[in-house]
Amino acid sequence: MTVVDPQQRAYVASQAADARVNVELETGGMTLNMGPQHPATHGTLRIVVRLDGEQVVEAEPIAGYMHRGYEKLCEVRTYPQVTTLVNRIDWLGSFANEVPFILAAERLMEVEAPPRAQWIRTILFEMSRIANISLFLGDMGAQLGAITPVFFAFRDRERALNLIESATGGRFHPNFDRIGGIKDDLPAGWVEDCKDVMGRMRDFCDQIETLLMGNEIFASRCRGVGVIPADVALSYGLSGANLRASGVDWDLRRDVPCGLVFDQLDWKVWTHPDGDSFARYWVRLQEVRESTKMIDQLLDGLPAGPIMAKVPRIIKVPAGEAYVETENPLGAMGYYVVSKGDLVPFRVKIRTPSFNNISIVPWVMKGVYVPDVITILASLYFILGDIDR
Amino acid sequence: MSRLSSADSRATSEEIPATEAADTEEAIEVDEAREDLLADLRAELGDALVDTHIDPGREVWARVSLESWVAAGTFARDGLACHFFDFLSAIDWMPSPFGRDMNSQEDLIVDGAPDSAAQAPGGAAADEQATGYAGGDTRFQLLARVHAPSRGLGLILKADLGDDPDLLRAATWVPVYAGAAWHEREAWEMFGIDFEGHPNLIHLYLPGEFEGHPLRKDFPLLSRRVKPWPGIVDVEPMPGEDEATVDTSEADANEDATEAAAE
Repeated sequence: MTVVDPQQRAYVASQAADARVNVELETGGMTLNMGPQHPATHGTLRIVVRLDGEQVVEAEPIAGYMHRGYEKLCEVRTYPQVTTLVNRIDWLGSFANEVPFILAAERLMEVEAPPRAQWIRTILFEMSRIANISLFLGDMGAQLGAITPVFFAFRDRERALNLIESATGGRFHPNFDRIGGIKDDLPAGWVEDCKDVMGRMRDFCDQIETLLMGNEIFASRCRGVGVIPADVALSYGLSGANLRASGVDWDLRRDVPCGLVFDQLDWKVWTHPDGDSFARYWVRLQEVRESTKMIDQLLDGLPAGPIMAKVPRIIKVPAGEAYVETENPLGAMGYYVVSKGDLVPFRVKIRTPSFNNISIVPWVMKGVYVPDVITILASLYFILGDIDR
Repeated sequence: MSRLSSADSRATSEEIPATEAADTEEAIEVDEAREDLLADLRAELGDALVDTHIDPGREVWARVSLESWVAAGTFARDGLACHFFDFLSAIDWMPSPFGRDMNSQEDLIVDGAPDSAAQAPGGAAADEQATGYAGGDTRFQLLARVHAPSRGLGLILKADLGDDPDLLRAATWVPVYAGAAWHEREAWEMFGIDFEGHPNLIHLYLPGEFEGHPLRKDFPLLSRRVKPWPGIVDVEPMPGEDEATVDTSEADANEDATEAAAE
């Protein structure tokens, strides 16, 4: 691999020099326990790192502090009740958690939501992406010592959350998606408010880009740190921006049609060839911009009509199996639903993106420095509820 | 043991207004891409490919023998371009021995009061052990999905694990898909499946001293055993339905309250 970028070259050279020093200076091993209450862990993920001097020899994430057993609980909930549970998986983009489950149930029942419901679903789906990732864009700065961006992010995420709240009634846990459609239509004036907010979110992306991307410290702490090649990313099942930042041009919204209306929009899948922390940040920034453009198009083309298909009052799902996976804010999220024709699902396997995204930590953290642990964790971007479900 | 064919699922969906046009369309539709994928898999595995199922345009299932579990994964990766590891888990096909009290009280409205036979552990009235798409002969089944980004196709693999809960063994997928490591740890603690050759088979979610395997059907959900779920109160009333009765009773209560206050 030829390294062209001067910053990256300097980094590689300094790493090589340090490695030589380490050989000469015998340093005793040390075990450092990060978490479960470390600010970089967004919840309670604990990471045990074995250090040799400043270098990580081995890193092992320990999950399970917040395991709620949703797969077991789903087996005693009726289908409409499950959305309440799965809201709490990725709590920053809750609406997006409901969508694949509802789509799987609709697939088994052979019900299709009316066009207006599909469009509103897609709008809220992308809105939860904006609410989720805009917080990441600021938070990553905070992890690396820049406090300002996180306030910008909280300020502007609030606008997206207000929109979600006025449409669904819930800021974090909308519980709005229904088998056969959605609960309510959009309130009056929502479309105009939404267009205004989308413009502001694009301004926010520009601000964040000026604040962080051009910052020398930010760049030198992210570039070349935590490089994940495409083949490793695929074999670990990394998805979402983490995979696209490794140069894999794959987005479920475009490649696997599943009942949302992304195929009717004009948008672009962004990838980055580097696979480092900087690339992961950059891809997510572009995705928020792309989402705002998608929502603008969705608002312009919003069809009229009913928002619920005809479904029985008490929902019994015919026997069968379905797997629906969508491109959620954190990556590919899927529900494998097994039905025996009952009121409750027989088995629900929940495939969450952060689970796979964090399982690569032992691999990617071998040989990095202690501060880079934070950079890598922040750039992989996980929500603890999405690991522990 | 009964297999759930698509005909069965239609029979049970009488009350659902499925459009007939969509049904006939599906019957004619042949999914060539997924047929090709299965043909390649069959050519490689031969008799080890036990059964298959295709949901046209959506998904493909393949059940392989347990001995060829790793071979199937390796071929999916190298021969079918399924480089993306999606998930690995298991299914316990035994009907819940705890009968209806594990379900919501909404059942009581639809199915009437539970009969005592269904409540008894292993009662005869409990549902027959049925297995899903691509069939299955045993209680436990491995379930995994891999995806081929270049072809836009996923492949769901299944393998029968056996009936004896103490003797569930499978070869590990870690050398094939590195991401399987955590999924196998989860399946190990949740179902008690021993993955032979796994480098680090330790608890992932549960505390180290935890006994039992929670996702098995015979593992009771204790909170539900202690207190029945009041599922019915969660049902949203439909417009114009039952509202009159609810309103009057509430209004009466309010009147009573105001009268009491006035006195």
